Amino acid sequence: MTTTVTPPTESGVANTRKNLIDIDDLTREEILEILDSAEGMLEIASRDVRKTPALRGKTIITMFFENSTRTRVSFEQAGKILGADVINVTASASSVSKGESLLNTVKTLQAMQVDALVVRHPHSGAPYFIARHADAAVVNAGDGTHAHPTQSLLDLFTVRQHVGDLAGKKVALAGDILYSRVARSDIHAFQKLGAEVSIACPNTLLPNEWKPGTRLDESSGFGGVNIAKSVDEAVDGADVVMALRIQKERQDAGHLPSMREYSDRWGINSKRMALANSNALLMHPGPMNEGVEIATDVAHGAQSVVEEQVMNGVAVRMAVLYTLCAPGRSSRLNGSSEEGA
Amino acid sequence: MANKRKLAVTGGRVIDPAQGIDKPADVLIVDGKIEDIVDAGASYADYEIVDATGKLVTPGFVDLHTHLREPGQEWKETIATGTQAAAQGGFTTVCAMPNTDPVQDSASVIEDVLRKANSEAAVRVLTIGAITVGQHGKQLSPMGELADAGVIGFSDDGNPVSDANLMRQALAYSVDLGLPVINHAEDKKIRGNGVMAAGEVATRLGLAGAPAEAETAMVARDLHLADLTGAQLHVPHISTLGSLVALRSAKECGVNVTAEVTPHHITLSDRWVYGERGNVPEVVGLDAYDTNTKVNPPLRNLTDRDAMVEGLAEGLIDIIATDHAPHAATDKVCTYDEAAHGINVLETAIAQILTYSSRDKLDLTRVIESLTSGPAEILGKELGSLKKGYSADLAIIDLNEKWTVDASSFASKSINTPLDGDQLTGRVTTTIYNGEKVFELRTNE
Repeated sequence: MTTTVTPPTESGVANTRKNLIDIDDLTREEILEILDSAEGMLEIASRDVRKTPALRGKTIITMFFENSTRTRVSFEQAGKILGADVINVTASASSVSKGESLLNTVKTLQAMQVDALVVRHPHSGAPYFIARHADAAVVNAGDGTHAHPTQSLLDLFTVRQHVGDLAGKKVALAGDILYSRVARSDIHAFQKLGAEVSIACPNTLLPNEWKPGTRLDESSGFGGVNIAKSVDEAVDGADVVMALRIQKERQDAGHLPSMREYSDRWGINSKRMALANSNALLMHPGPMNEGVEIATDVAHGAQSVVEEQVMNGVAVRMAVLYTLCAPGRSSRLNGSSEEGA
Repeated sequence: MANKRKLAVTGGRVIDPAQGIDKPADVLIVDGKIEDIVDAGASYADYEIVDATGKLVTPGFVDLHTHLREPGQEWKETIATGTQAAAQGGFTTVCAMPNTDPVQDSASVIEDVLRKANSEAAVRVLTIGAITVGQHGKQLSPMGELADAGVIGFSDDGNPVSDANLMRQALAYSVDLGLPVINHAEDKKIRGNGVMAAGEVATRLGLAGAPAEAETAMVARDLHLADLTGAQLHVPHISTLGSLVALRSAKECGVNVTAEVTPHHITLSDRWVYGERGNVPEVVGLDAYDTNTKVNPPLRNLTDRDAMVEGLAEGLIDIIATDHAPHAATDKVCTYDEAAHGINVLETAIAQILTYSSRDKLDLTRVIESLTSGPAEILGKELGSLKKGYSADLAIIDLNEKWTVDASSFASKSINTPLDGDQLTGRVTTTIYNGEKVFELRTNE
């Protein structure tokens, strides 16, 4: 069985980047390189016998300090298809619950031969902290409300499969922006590939300095984003509608009167989807709160690509893990003049 | 009869704001007290000479806001190490905040601190008593007993007195004692989970932001309560433009209020959280989320910071106070959310002010005044000046010396400064307390 995994290119991500912590770091070319690699990975992941020895002998540890079945399983499958040894550590199982500090946990794992640490942590910035103290490649599987780079990569991949070039396409993100790492990463990712991004949510779920009915400028770090006054305005003529999860905690914190009011005024339903382009894609990073941010009929309707996102997630994570951990990588990294973040 | 110990600090530029002095002069010290300030150039037969040629000679700095961490958190700092750090920074008097363990909410804890200071401190230690028992904000501490034990004021620093009625009663009660109430103004509900100042930096880093109004709203409350009660209010670590606006209005109405600002709130900003010395990076780098920038009140945006400089320059903000808050590695080498609040300030204070603020906006005399006569006036004590008969407390500063901050060589037990590795211009070279040298940078000078 021939492998379709292409070795890393001279100047690409594999030679210049040690970690993947934030999509904001990557150039447009680097993103396209990962998406191209993911095409081949998707083919392997779709086989009846899905295995390739590309990362055989490599050790990948997933360290999840936050509950997540889907993302963890996605990374675990990605690593295993590539033949790596994947070990899962959850915060409750590891020494952290016995009072061992994050620093000591990382240093202990680091003393063993680990090639990649896939980390999800409830505190923004945790992967930067870990990367400062570990030699392993750090892959951010979601840190606090800051970033979720592999999610945005698989979102890009999914859209690209359908529309090809994203330049000039209109993307609407609807949901909790303030607390969403997916929103932040998606904004960066879609903009890097030339899409026009609009966001829509109640004013209480926007950062205080972002005002509805305005366009963000460069100093915000999210320049060019259009803040719509209503979800109808954002969705109007959109090519991609991404619904983001609304958590009950937001109501508890006083941001929303009720889930009912959110769903009524901001939820993605068939009436609102009708405002988008007829072949617009409906997306959601999961898990979905059906009846809140997304109506059941559209969640499972013809325009929904939610299940594809999940499948593509494995392929994209395979591409990321392969790019960062392929054999001979450390000598390539040391040989290159640039040590990327 | 013992020989009188005589020191002559010669050849320096003497700035003593309390006496309006700024001239080349020699300072004569006899038996631990200031004897005289004389024109430079004389020779002093039986005096030990301290050569201050080319340097600035000022009264030793007086810090109204220091966390010495003893009793209870001696792994972060002790009275001995904290006061040695003070000496290295040119400070000869520090006021120990009460958030120790046990809290300084009874005479016995105060006496314990003063006794320890008497035998171990490098410089003068004054104490601040808690406003409420245990700093829990529920019941007034025995403020009268604390006053008798010698505290110079009351604070629950670290915690606000959230109950407005209790704050009013504390102010009213303090009137009989003639001592200031120093409330850490922070509306916890407005602050929410904020770990840094709300704004573009927080949004980009995905860190929960605390709005300026969390401070401003409570400063406004305290000013109105001080007006109501006629008490003496001292606003610690003021940091927002909104607080200044309220402060100006209150002072114009005759409210008995003073305010202090920290060295970091006039030199640093929320941009320092990126870990790139205040620069805004195009791409967030590995040095971001620098926990050494985590402090309460947080480092604010440039508008607030510049307003603090202006406020201090015009005297609306009365003094500088360090809020020196040492923390050990276990409390800082972790994620930003987990890190303790506090910056290690004593040893970099004067240098960072001289380096990061412009003399056009904040002149040298005003800086010295904010650290000497200003605090002394609030304390109502004979400190912060080189007047005859005052304790011989001096700082000798080389305004031109360039040096690189090396936190690992601090006298402080802790190293939590965002300025580690920074090059600063201006350095304390000698500190004299009670006529004795308590710090000397190079002994063969």
